[in-house]
Amino acid sequence: MRWLGLFATRLAGGLLTLWLLVTLCFALLHAAPGGPFDTEKAAPPAVQAQLAARYRLDQPLSRQYLAYLGDLARGDLGPSFQYPDFTVNALIAASLPVSAGLGGAALLLALLLGVPIGVFAAAHEGGRLDRLLMALTATLSALPKFVLAPILILLFAVTLKWLPAGGWVAGDWRYRVLPIVALMLPNLAWCARLTRAGVCEALGSEWVRAARGRGIGRARLLLVHALPAALLPVTAWLSPALIAVITGSAVVEHVFGIPGMGRYFVQGALNRDYTLVMGVVVIAGALVIVANTLVDGLRAWLDPRLRTSA
Amino acid sequence: MRLPTLVFTVLLTLSPAASSRELIRGNGPEPATLDVHRCQEVACGNLLRDLYEGLVTEGADGAIIAGAARSWRVSDDGRQWQFRLRDELCWSNGEALTAQDFVASLRRAVTPQTAAPMAQLLRPIANASAILRGEAAPESLGVTAVDAHTLHINLDEPVPLLDRLALPIAMPVYLPAIAVHGVEHTRPGRLVGNGAYRLSGWTPHASVEMEKNTFFHAATDVAIARVRYVVTEDAGSELQRFLAGDVHITETVPPKPLPVLRAQFGERLRISPYVGSFWFGLNLTREPFRDNPALREALVLAVDRDILTRHITGLGEQPAFGIVPPGTRGHAAPVLPMAQLTPAARVARARERYAAAGYSADRPAQLEIRYNTSTLHRKLALAVAAMWRQTLGAQVRLRNEEWKVFVQNRRARVITQVFRGGWIADVNDPLDFLATFSGPDNPLNTTGFADPEFDAALTRAALLPDGTERTALLTAAEARVLSAHAVVPLYFYSSKHLVDDRLEGFAGNPLDHHATRWMRWRDGEAP
Repeated sequence: MRWLGLFATRLAGGLLTLWLLVTLCFALLHAAPGGPFDTEKAAPPAVQAQLAARYRLDQPLSRQYLAYLGDLARGDLGPSFQYPDFTVNALIAASLPVSAGLGGAALLLALLLGVPIGVFAAAHEGGRLDRLLMALTATLSALPKFVLAPILILLFAVTLKWLPAGGWVAGDWRYRVLPIVALMLPNLAWCARLTRAGVCEALGSEWVRAARGRGIGRARLLLVHALPAALLPVTAWLSPALIAVITGSAVVEHVFGIPGMGRYFVQGALNRDYTLVMGVVVIAGALVIVANTLVDGLRAWLDPRLRTSA
Repeated sequence: MRLPTLVFTVLLTLSPAASSRELIRGNGPEPATLDVHRCQEVACGNLLRDLYEGLVTEGADGAIIAGAARSWRVSDDGRQWQFRLRDELCWSNGEALTAQDFVASLRRAVTPQTAAPMAQLLRPIANASAILRGEAAPESLGVTAVDAHTLHINLDEPVPLLDRLALPIAMPVYLPAIAVHGVEHTRPGRLVGNGAYRLSGWTPHASVEMEKNTFFHAATDVAIARVRYVVTEDAGSELQRFLAGDVHITETVPPKPLPVLRAQFGERLRISPYVGSFWFGLNLTREPFRDNPALREALVLAVDRDILTRHITGLGEQPAFGIVPPGTRGHAAPVLPMAQLTPAARVARARERYAAAGYSADRPAQLEIRYNTSTLHRKLALAVAAMWRQTLGAQVRLRNEEWKVFVQNRRARVITQVFRGGWIADVNDPLDFLATFSGPDNPLNTTGFADPEFDAALTRAALLPDGTERTALLTAAEARVLSAHAVVPLYFYSSKHLVDDRLEGFAGNPLDHHATRWMRWRDGEAP
């Protein structure tokens, strides 16, 4: 019952957050100067009137807001202003799997490679390999994606011609490699550094020293005694990292020309495509809430003290 | 071969790589729509010219040639047009395409409910204006099917109709698909066209794929079997993709010095004159330009256009003293005394007019140049501001605005002074450029230029068929805007692309239209 109550509280909090998000986003979008149909070559007044009616822009703002909430409750994110051949549902249904697939793969790889690298560096703390790895990860974590992505393109596409320089072809893995690497490398660097710091700290703790005193082997000491506690900072980082990669990294999507969700947010805002921006915000907001809940659960599972305080 | 290279080579061989006969074209931003009546951007126009064909179409060089109609004739007064359709005409699903389909499509284009943004281009057709205003039924449009293969069009204004009939707005749509699928009739498997290609795939924000339409009347002459248009929003990224061999034709070329590009790409760099003009507009409805022609003239004179086109744009653009670009059909540029002056004389005259306007070193003009976000626009504004400062001593501020805000402010004519402006032709006609300056209530008239004689000249020209009288009227009208110094003309556009040197049939043309049906891979050299 206690878990059920906790779940209900989180759900209510999540819905309230989403409503606030939608309301704020709606208000800000409509307050921004310039409308969705302000173009260089203005359409005739009769055409503009038809467009306004089609998208409810001829109604008072309060009615537009209530109508949007009503549609949202039914799962309808509305028609796109900029891309009239598509509904927002269709655009997000096409783009979310792309962003989630790339982001998920990048994060998974970052974890699978970053944690062992962090453990390895901690095991060689202060040594030449440790210093080399930390210098590398410091560089990677500081390198902006808009610098990293073109470097990858220049090296692997333009010079070596191993992989495409950008674009997207469904079912062709070659178009996924460089974007995943570009998304993964900074995350891998953070993951490795956090793991190393956590393991180093754990290795200096009393319980690990006690375990060492009992004659436990170095490998077991690292992996069984130090690592679980060392992963707590990694799980704290995991939540924002998960959200960032799944909702799409607009920069990487832009550089590689990937049809992900991140670009819709940027393009939608520039085009005053109200429904598209709202749709992306709603989906991203829901993902943030779910991701936070999952990570909180994971942290509570890893650390009994957090479970008690919760 | 080294191991990593070997591994990658093997993997690449196993992967579902692009077809060896597929042409990949950069196409700029995501096309907003594939509905011919709702298209108003370059990106969708490029696709629609492959998917559909109007009564007439454009050859590789941009000349108007027979399309779905094999012949036509026009009455002496230029108002009655009769088109004879090809006998074997089919939609891409194999059904016969008749004159009645064109009638129904043109009616849909002008029906207000369709909300076709470019429908005003069909305004010269009888009753189109009244239908567009919602004051007449679409059935009253002056287009009738005499029989299955004969179409009659009745015009209110004897405009050069063929240019307009080649546009997407005049292409035929397959109404049964719209009836069944609504706005989603443009999806692969549903879109029925009559062009050289049929839609085979559309991944929004990635690519649009097409394959040869075997029902096209000239299918045997279409050499490229498959074409993929890819979204390329960033010119730098597009260039990388071209260098990597992933794109065979780029949509544009990033701004780099021409000698550098020539040295790197040689004949693959294609630059052609493009019917577009770039100018800085002056808001004539407010200070400091209202009732101040001397200041306006000083600003026009004080710009060194050679420097702008050589060092700022640098990709084949032509210095401009007028509004209508050279090469526009039926155009004769007015003789402008300013253009005949030497640079030194121009500067002297600019200073003289600046002083006549009441400005001096002690009382400099305070000006503001407003432009929308773009590196090139910023560079141009900086350069022009520097020229005005250096030559005249004017104090110039720059104001950058995001596109939608800029468009709204420019149209409102309330807070603008000097602003970025220009025009790309919808149809290859001087009237298209000049009409933007007519009528104070015209939303396109961002300078607020108001001249009854100018308006009268345009109205009269619109009622004349192509010929010397029409040309003379339009030349005189252009001279009036320029002598009023409503704009500071800067340059005429050029189109620029990188084209794979194994590709043939890509020819420069004034509207920068390049249908895939005219291209072919050089024998044995397909990628």
